[in-house]
Amino acid sequence: MITLVQDLGWAAIRFVDHLGKLAIFAAQIVRAALTRPARLRAFVNELFTLGVLSLVIVCVCGLAVGMVLGLQGYNTLVRFGAAQSLGAVVGLSLIRELGPVLTALLVTGRAGSATTAEIGTMVATEQLDGLRMMSINPVHLVVTPKTLAMIAVMPLLSALFILFGLGGGYFVGVTLMGLDGGTYVSSLQSAVDYYDDVVGSLLKALVFGILVGLIATYRGYTAKPTSAGVSAATTSTVVIGSVSVLIFDYFITALWGV
Amino acid sequence: MSRSSVRDFVVGLFVLAGLGAVAYLSMNVGNFSFRKDGGLTVFAQFDEIGGLKARAPVVIAGVKVGQVDSIALDKDYRARITLSLDAALKLPVDTSASIVTAGLLGDRYISLQLGGDDKDLKPGDEIRFTESAVLLERLLGKFIYNTNSPTPKKE
Repeated sequence: MITLVQDLGWAAIRFVDHLGKLAIFAAQIVRAALTRPARLRAFVNELFTLGVLSLVIVCVCGLAVGMVLGLQGYNTLVRFGAAQSLGAVVGLSLIRELGPVLTALLVTGRAGSATTAEIGTMVATEQLDGLRMMSINPVHLVVTPKTLAMIAVMPLLSALFILFGLGGGYFVGVTLMGLDGGTYVSSLQSAVDYYDDVVGSLLKALVFGILVGLIATYRGYTAKPTSAGVSAATTSTVVIGSVSVLIFDYFITALWGV
Repeated sequence: MSRSSVRDFVVGLFVLAGLGAVAYLSMNVGNFSFRKDGGLTVFAQFDEIGGLKARAPVVIAGVKVGQVDSIALDKDYRARITLSLDAALKLPVDTSASIVTAGLLGDRYISLQLGGDDKDLKPGDEIRFTESAVLLERLLGKFIYNTNSPTPKKE
């Protein structure tokens, strides 16, 4: 019984400890981002590995999710004779919720894990120590471009996901189920508001980008310098990243009403 | 890593595509055109607005020309509605606004009927002639009351 309480206490202490270290790490990244020289070349390369290489999976998943939403929405709505509001159903659920969240989950699995593994391997092979010996700040050279690229990439990928999803919903509703194309588009346009829905969706994606970017780089940077340590860090990036995206999603929705 | 023109080009394309998607969502899906500041903002007071909500459409002859910005209660306990309309509209000062329902139980929206005055409404003006929402429940209540009471029975 006492050991159980002790375990709980130890877990709580470690959690707070990690939170504090994460905050210090975030402050280091912010300071590195403002320090010259700006690592533009590394940033563009990270845009490529994190963004462009995630493009296919994000677009394909967006299309598939949109088509499923179109099919499910149509089959449900047609029972109430409300199939003409399919565009609103598909659009609002994609823009407000599914677009940012699913993109963040996909990017966590596809790019976040790779980021952690890369930095973790650099830690394990003492490359970061080598950089420090040459008095190059590894946070400045290695970590910051990755975090910033993740933050920049997330809203863009989320917007593309939503766009492909809307296309998938259009394909199922209009082409397969025979709804009128103009009805689909006009119900979409009348339901979606610029400030409440589109800007909120992009802000949500931005917050998720910050979250995943920080967690992925922090986990890699603090990985134990063994092969088991790197693999544990990669796993925990995916687990903690996904869970915190979903938890933050609830609070953003509750607080900002997005 | 060295500079690679192909990769840079692809990254550029990716950023352009992402920004294009954002722009498309904003312009075509999100009705960016009805900006809050750029439009013609007028006020209207109603005794009863029924289930009118913010962002409800404002129409002239069935064509959407703006939306309800905000709903508040003024000091006389009447509903004060802020309408933001298309800036290009020229509405006579004796334009009237009425709250109508789409279908029997559908959403409420505001319909404007143009007047014949020479002067136009300016931003910040108030629409003086308003027609409140018709509440179906109240109408039914009146109908039941009327059929029950007024005719006295003959003895």
